[in-house]
Amino acid sequence: MLTLLGVAVVVIGFAVRLNPLLVVVLAAFVSGWFAGLPPLTVLAAFGKAFNDNRLVSAALLVLPVIGVIERAGVQQRARTLIARFRGVSVGPFLIAYMAFRQLTAALGLISIAGQAQTVRPLVAPMAEGASEARDGDVDLATRHTIRAYAAATDNVAVFFGEDIFLAVGSILLMVGFLASSGIAIEPLHLSLWAIPSALAAFLIHATRLMLFDRKLRRASGAGR
Amino acid sequence: MIKLGAVYVLTGLLFAAYAVLSATDRKNPKRFGNAAFWGLVALSFLAGDRLGDVGNGVLVLGLALIARLGLLGRGQPATTSTDQRRALAKRFGDKLFVPALVLPIVVLIGVLVLKPLAIDGRPLLDPKQATLISLALATLVAVGVALILLRQPLISPLQEGRRLIDTIGWAAMLPQMLAALGVVFALCGVGKIIGDLVTQWLPMDSRLAAVCVYGLGMAGFTMIMGNAFAAFPVMTAGVGIPVLIHRFGADPPVVCAIGMLSGFCGTLMTPLAANFNLVPPALLELPDRYAVIKAQIPTAVPLLLVNLVLMYVLAFR
Repeated sequence: MLTLLGVAVVVIGFAVRLNPLLVVVLAAFVSGWFAGLPPLTVLAAFGKAFNDNRLVSAALLVLPVIGVIERAGVQQRARTLIARFRGVSVGPFLIAYMAFRQLTAALGLISIAGQAQTVRPLVAPMAEGASEARDGDVDLATRHTIRAYAAATDNVAVFFGEDIFLAVGSILLMVGFLASSGIAIEPLHLSLWAIPSALAAFLIHATRLMLFDRKLRRASGAGR
Repeated sequence: MIKLGAVYVLTGLLFAAYAVLSATDRKNPKRFGNAAFWGLVALSFLAGDRLGDVGNGVLVLGLALIARLGLLGRGQPATTSTDQRRALAKRFGDKLFVPALVLPIVVLIGVLVLKPLAIDGRPLLDPKQATLISLALATLVAVGVALILLRQPLISPLQEGRRLIDTIGWAAMLPQMLAALGVVFALCGVGKIIGDLVTQWLPMDSRLAAVCVYGLGMAGFTMIMGNAFAAFPVMTAGVGIPVLIHRFGADPPVVCAIGMLSGFCGTLMTPLAANFNLVPPALLELPDRYAVIKAQIPTAVPLLLVNLVLMYVLAFR
């Protein structure tokens, strides 16, 4: 029971905004302590797991490419490109990106876009540019909100697109787990039953993007 | 055969370069903190398999300590100014998008063309890690294309990569740390304890109650563990299979597919899913660490409710 204090450390640590790396290490030691594991065993287990999970960080390899094209002005180019399409505002632009991302993820093309590859160099500047083109000068706080919406849109689209693809990790996990419990299911059925939720995710997030868009327009109208 | 080890060596060399360039960056008052942090990451990628478990544990403590003591600063590599970038953007035009497009194209070629290739009966790429190996390959090709097409200095990939990694800071290592925490939690039996609590104390005497416990449990448990994959076996073994499928006769694919997606609603709301929720705010230079989560919660909550309704309606057709 007291092992759950490790979970409590995480919740409290994140809530009071302690440095998350430290929170994670503390949580591991607290859980281990109450599970009756000596600290050295926990340290070794944590070290081994950290080493085994290096592939999680290997995606940071794309940063040099993004940095070089930023140095050469890709963000500025993305802004002017979107400003040329008059009438494309933040909401519809992000909805179009969401549709693209959800459909490609459903086809298994998950790593063709992402927060570092597309959101920072392209999608966020384009969303900001779209707002500037329509609403005039946009203050910094609003820019930050637009960027947060761009990142959120990428996440929602991937999460609720990838499960339609047959060979994605989560589907394989479900098939394997149910097989070990004596229930045989077809991966195809799991994909199909992910579609209603995927549509709901698209509709709900698109509605929010349109409301956000309207709020931005009103705010700029009120400023004039 | 190209294996994951090659990707690790490449990543390790990149972080080693960040460490060296950080140490020589006199404009960053905390340059040695940055050098130590990225140096440890480089060590992990280059020699992690030879450090031993305790050695790796000490390395992790080092990372956490440097981060906690605020020893990480932001490097100031020489880069172009905003005005220069505007001028460059005019000059290069849409050529600027080419390297960004090269990335997905090479990944696709890797997965579709290189993965099935075999030389003397041995596969060219390790089939289990083909996507990640292709991504590493794509990065190399895209850097080459960017340097030639946009005529950037040879050192710029390393310096610009350092600029971005310093923008993310310690948050860059958080996803891997959380993955390791998940393993320790599993070792301590955290998942089982929570699963037992849920099944013992929550009433599941009707279909509706069972659907709610399973769906909300998937979301809540995912928020605690930071990962729906960790929640799925516990909740499905505890509630999904014995109660929903066996007692009430729910359709297994519907229960599992929508249950997993209910878990994904939890992923949208938790800082523990760091690579989706905490790294992007750092990458986009947002002052609020939780800005992306805040933008996602109003989508995740109604979506979770819709998932419960969908499961209730579709699983008992």
